[in-house]
Amino acid sequence: MAGHTTQLDAKTLWGGKESPFQTSYGKLMMWFFLVSDALTFSGLLIAYGFTRHDAQDAWPIGEETFNSMPFLGHGYPLLYVALMTFILIVSSVTMVLAVEAGHRMDRKGVTNWMIATIIGGFFFVGSQAWEWSHFIHGSEFGKIELADGSQAIVKGHFGEIKNFTVIEAGKHHKVGEVMKDDLMHEFQHAAEKGHLEGGNIHFADGTVAKINKAKDHEMKLIIKKSGAKHEIGGTPITGAAAEKVYYEALYSGEANRVVYGANMKQNEYGPQQYAQFFFFITGFHGFHVFSGVMINIIILLGVLAGTYHKRGHYEMVEKTGLYWHFVDLVWVFVFTFFYLI
Amino acid sequence: MERDDLIEYSLHTHHDEAKGKSIRKKILKVTILLTVITTVEVFIGAFIKQSNDLWAFVKWSFIIMTLVKAAYIVMVFMHLGDEKKALRNVILIPYAIFIAYLIFIGLWEAAEVSSALKSFGF
Repeated sequence: MAGHTTQLDAKTLWGGKESPFQTSYGKLMMWFFLVSDALTFSGLLIAYGFTRHDAQDAWPIGEETFNSMPFLGHGYPLLYVALMTFILIVSSVTMVLAVEAGHRMDRKGVTNWMIATIIGGFFFVGSQAWEWSHFIHGSEFGKIELADGSQAIVKGHFGEIKNFTVIEAGKHHKVGEVMKDDLMHEFQHAAEKGHLEGGNIHFADGTVAKINKAKDHEMKLIIKKSGAKHEIGGTPITGAAAEKVYYEALYSGEANRVVYGANMKQNEYGPQQYAQFFFFITGFHGFHVFSGVMINIIILLGVLAGTYHKRGHYEMVEKTGLYWHFVDLVWVFVFTFFYLI
Repeated sequence: MERDDLIEYSLHTHHDEAKGKSIRKKILKVTILLTVITTVEVFIGAFIKQSNDLWAFVKWSFIIMTLVKAAYIVMVFMHLGDEKKALRNVILIPYAIFIAYLIFIGLWEAAEVSSALKSFGF
């Protein structure tokens, strides 16, 4: 192109001063990160949908699995998780109020709303810890394998175990002794090992004790795996019939007839993948909430030190706010697809 | 501090008390809306069982309510509604295309796997 020149001016050539998005570098990068993180969560939820679609009727239903409240026991379907959702929405609102206060350079307002947001975040993480603990320990009935090979989850009110009365002496116990400690734990442990037989509990030291237990109420068995007699999706077994087949299986003296709670190998709620998805998706989200709280605390320290006030703008609060809202956004979807549908 | 080689967009977001008041009013409205939607979802979820004939309708209304909530969070709380149109499109369009494809392929394959399991079992 010898001998030929073109005149360039600011109108024809982008001078580099103005951003096409008219936003700062930091905010733009936060948005790009959030898009990639959103894709990760979407991938997880779609994998969950895929697995669930395979399993069909065997998949647990939200209101059957999550129906407990702290201090109140069970019979409150979805109420606790709704409360968690509400806490997270409120902490999202306090965050957006902190951002708004930042736009007015109101340092005191930013401080107060940030503190409120952090408290909400801790409440949510704590609630999730309770939920995990409850999920892992499971119900008092567990999931039972009935005589025909079908598996059922059990709803209803478990009659309290009053005591164990020794009827056959062992190494550590005499006949007639009444055991009153750690009954539920001993009972479930023995049930898993197949050490319950005909209303008696067998201990490792050779002691045999009679189980004194109050009657259960409103027992209902929902079949989750078909057997020779009972099918998935059939009417639940209730009342005396339910008690008969349940205790027949529980007191059969066979190991592995009952599963309590959940771990990575088995769970009482449904297919094995269910617990794995629960742990991974809510765990991954919980980790996001936890890191969000930590980032909020760091930013709060910056606000208290006056770093952003000196800088002339509170954009750091806005950027962490974006992350915090995103965490809320993900929970909205987890809530729908894991708990409601 | 002002620089002449670039524009500090961080300073452009400042507003006065009057504008702040109207923004806070909007936030309050969205809060109430999100709370109401969540309450409705929980009520429906607790009372209408999956065996109910209405379930297909309920399921879709859950999905729509979730999308409405998500839209309010993204557009109002995350201020994406106030950003430039170009930024909005850069965030939303690639995501929407990719997810639509992923959902389609996920459900399609799941249905195939499900019917294969039914035919051959294991």
